[in-house]
Amino acid sequence: MESVLSTTRKLAPLASGDVQKIATREAYGQALLELGEERDDVVVLDADLSGSTKTKGFSKAFPERFFNIGVAEANMIGTAAGLAAMGKTVFASSFAMFAAGKAWEQTRQSVCVPELSVKICATHAGLTVGEDGKSHQMLEDITLMRVLPHMRVIVPADAVEARLAVRAAAETEGPMYVRLSRASTPVILSEEYEFQLGRGTLLREGGDVAIAACGVEVAEALGAAEILAGQGIEARVLNLATIDPIDTELVVQAANDCGAILTVEEHQIRGGLGDAVAQTVVRHAPVPMELLGMDDAFGQSAPASELIPHYGLDSASIAARAQELMRRKG
Amino acid sequence: MALTNAQIDQIRGTAHEVREDVLRMVHAAKCGHPGGPLGMADFMTTLFLAHMRLSKDNLHAPERDRFILGNGHTCAGYYALLAQKGLVARDELMRFRKMGSPLQGHPHRNAEIGIDFSTGSLGNSLSVAVGMALAARLNGWDTRVFSASSDGESQEGQIWEAATSAAHYGVGNLTVIVDFNNIQIDGVMREVMDVRDLREKYTAFGWHAVDVDGHDVVAVDQALCDARDVLDRPSAIIAHTTIGKGVSFMENQAGWHGVAPNDEQFENAMAELAAAKP
Ligand SMILES: Cc1ncc(C[n+]2csc(CCOP(=O)(O)OP(=O)(O)O)c2C)c(N)n1
Repeated sequence: MESVLSTTRKLAPLASGDVQKIATREAYGQALLELGEERDDVVVLDADLSGSTKTKGFSKAFPERFFNIGVAEANMIGTAAGLAAMGKTVFASSFAMFAAGKAWEQTRQSVCVPELSVKICATHAGLTVGEDGKSHQMLEDITLMRVLPHMRVIVPADAVEARLAVRAAAETEGPMYVRLSRASTPVILSEEYEFQLGRGTLLREGGDVAIAACGVEVAEALGAAEILAGQGIEARVLNLATIDPIDTELVVQAANDCGAILTVEEHQIRGGLGDAVAQTVVRHAPVPMELLGMDDAFGQSAPASELIPHYGLDSASIAARAQELMRRKG
Repeated sequence: MALTNAQIDQIRGTAHEVREDVLRMVHAAKCGHPGGPLGMADFMTTLFLAHMRLSKDNLHAPERDRFILGNGHTCAGYYALLAQKGLVARDELMRFRKMGSPLQGHPHRNAEIGIDFSTGSLGNSLSVAVGMALAARLNGWDTRVFSASSDGESQEGQIWEAATSAAHYGVGNLTVIVDFNNIQIDGVMREVMDVRDLREKYTAFGWHAVDVDGHDVVAVDQALCDARDVLDRPSAIIAHTTIGKGVSFMENQAGWHGVAPNDEQFENAMAELAAAKP
């Protein structure tokens, strides 16, 4: 087992002023345009969803380096692997359900085994895809991707982090999965924020309980901490954008300082962020934990704004579960 | 047997009502997919009224016919037809895509209202239809299995795996109708990813395959009769349609694949349909 140092992390710089709402997929489209300009080895593939995944901007600006594969996700990932084997840095996009789900075995055999630079940037992940319902609400992709050797998994918390994560994906060799959302969500981080692959970020100090979240649930976790503060409870909030490799140091420090960790994700709790944190905690600093997410169930059709509270993933529900968890502290 | 004039009128009248319901449902939900089901209304109504043995009376009969909507995003029209059959309450249509409704954004298997299979992920459907057809044959039932698909769905490799096995096992009780409108989400199918001539492809795979005008209910009926009579091979009916059929500003527009009309567009669309009522 690697040794775990306890160092104190600085708080990440947060956005100030009026809350802006931007979907992480928008930031992806923006980052692709920048990368297309800066590097001519960047190639982008899509599977008949370029308007939705936001690869369309790249396709217009760099048409010779964009390939629409049609509704054929397994073929898209295989083609991406071939391009990468010839030295290209390849971004491949579809909805998370199809990018991660339909093409999983191709991803394992043709991308991860040969360790190729294929960056699967999957949008419309999680419950917040809304009315399209269970066939489109991908709640298992973190599990599917994190279990693969060589695959790194990033779930950006907001548009600022998404843009930086996509740039980091281009700069880092090897397979990468970036999980993006359909819904517009609050911009949390300021423009000064620096993303580091493999590093989580501390968003709020507190020593009573730690809340670790990723993706759209980071904003809900911050809201929960606000509610808890009103009740005299100081919750630490962690943004664990890189789920694989997990930031062991940040997690262990939270376990040691707070004595209890709650994880929150719009994903199955089996195999997801909570599972990654639990494995870390069990090995290095066992403390009581609670895992919030989908508990062995599929979602359903409804607006995203109704689904999040329905499945107990809104700020108020998170705050209530944090209080329950605190009662289990030794 | 050929359709009587009265039957033809009934199918055309019902297809018209299905189109109205599709617009009402997608408008009420403020999201969903209007274009596909408007284009499919004529052949789907012909299938449901003149061929598929599904009704309140035989709903739970194991040997009744089965249907699976491969292009699951077009379910508004399917749900409207289930309402026509008395299997779904008309009020429920207006709860399409809302919390708790059995009318999910993509079909979810539900024995109480006659939804035979869950779909929404393109490419999966035809394999399932082959499995259903094999089971019916094993049981010695005269069940027909109908599957709807689309030009876009035909880009998925699994469709061709299923096509291979369906012919290999000679499932003559299987018929797929392909909604061929030359449109998919990113634009014109021939430009995005051309699937070429599907009749030739299915024929090469060992199927009985025909092209029809998907808006000509007599031709569609005839194709379904012929498919029933071909017993040694599965049948594919390539139904050439216009996406958005009946609403001029939606016709042939990829932009109406998956967007709800606003109030004004909805009023205009309903007025245009009303003016063309058969
Ligand atoms: C496996 C899979 N990939 C992508 C999608 C997203 N999607 C939904 S419909 C569609 C286009 C399908 O083309 P077609 O059925 O011909 O569309 P229509 O004629 O109804 O516009 C796509 C890519 C999906 N539902 N399933």
